Amino acid sequence: MAYTESEILEGLAEIVSEETGLPADSVQLDKSFTDDLDIDSLSMMTIVTLAEEKFSVRIPDDEVKNLATVGDAVSFIAGAQA
Amino acid sequence: MTRATITPAAPTQFSRVMGLGAVRGELVVTNDDIAGPIDSSDEWIRQRTGIVTRRRAPGDVDVIDLSEQAAREAIENAGLSPADIDVVILSTVTWFHQTPAGAAVLADRLGATPAAAFDISAACAGYTYGIGQADALVRSGNARHVLVVGAEKMSDFIDPTDRTISFLLGDGAGAVVVGPSDFPGIGPTVWGSDGSRSQAVRQTHSWQEYKADPELPWPTLRQDGPSVFKWASFQMGPVAQRALDAAGLRADQIQAFVPHQANMRIIDQIVKQLGLPETVAVGRDIADTGNTSAASIPLAIERLVREEQVSSGDLVLQIGFGGGLVYAAQVIVLP
Repeated sequence: MAYTESEILEGLAEIVSEETGLPADSVQLDKSFTDDLDIDSLSMMTIVTLAEEKFSVRIPDDEVKNLATVGDAVSFIAGAQA
Repeated sequence: MTRATITPAAPTQFSRVMGLGAVRGELVVTNDDIAGPIDSSDEWIRQRTGIVTRRRAPGDVDVIDLSEQAAREAIENAGLSPADIDVVILSTVTWFHQTPAGAAVLADRLGATPAAAFDISAACAGYTYGIGQADALVRSGNARHVLVVGAEKMSDFIDPTDRTISFLLGDGAGAVVVGPSDFPGIGPTVWGSDGSRSQAVRQTHSWQEYKADPELPWPTLRQDGPSVFKWASFQMGPVAQRALDAAGLRADQIQAFVPHQANMRIIDQIVKQLGLPETVAVGRDIADTGNTSAASIPLAIERLVREEQVSSGDLVLQIGFGGGLVYAAQVIVLP
């Protein structure tokens, strides 16, 4: 069963909150991972790995640089679901 | 007419690590010392890597010099003399000769001739690859005392302006002697490689390219940092777990976990993945020594011993991983 975009946002927010300590409700679609959430490239890889496991998708390493905002990540995960 | 048969080497049941030696480069290099050319800061380097200082050797010291110091200490701590060593394995990626192997030069320098001698090129997994081979050589009966040295002079291979890996790197050597034992002292080695990711940690250009183009700079190292971080953090935990399982042990039965000292954040993540109890000491020598590639695991063990966090007879899970990509893990009993 595919996750809806709002379910993906909710799940991703939990992962980001766990990794960074930020409140989950601060993880919004328009937020930039680097500029707004202050997530560095190593933490981003941790978030990506946990998201891959949670949503059963593959996010190639080369793709991660294109995921500038939370919305980019939600869209990619939604599109990558089987 | 029946064919004659070969008499095989007489195997021995168990092997163990008999003695440990370690040496770090004598120069203490701070983050402030190297931050300028990479437009960085002490704070950024600490936050990204956990490194406060790295140890480097002066220009006139080479990888054999470092190896010799560590090896002499290991042989003495094993209660042996160089003449007792019948195989020398040197794990290094910073011995700048295609031939001869650094191990042969080292064996002669030590007075271990005519020990068999060869080098291993397995980068940051070189030490645990060497332990796996030494264990097999001793148990098969093809060797009695194997000297395993992980040694690197990484500072010969760095670009001060490189932001991917150079600022992590340090110099040093760790050595052990592996010999026969009346108890199981080395668990099964779980090892492997993934050459499809050979460019994740790489030399900027080959020696042939360097020779062909006089404009090219001296080759140095680069890595795809985030990609290597992801691989090491999330794929090496399961490998370490397999080494524990293969040794018939649970995480709460070992006394220490010593992963390759690549980055403190990788160490933290693997510890989390393994679910290690707080009773298990974790090697964190990277903070002061930096990433010394093949030398990092024995150096981190030496530190745990010196700080009395572990003692003789303790069980240590060790895992090396790095450029290749390659990895190897096993449990050892501390000498």
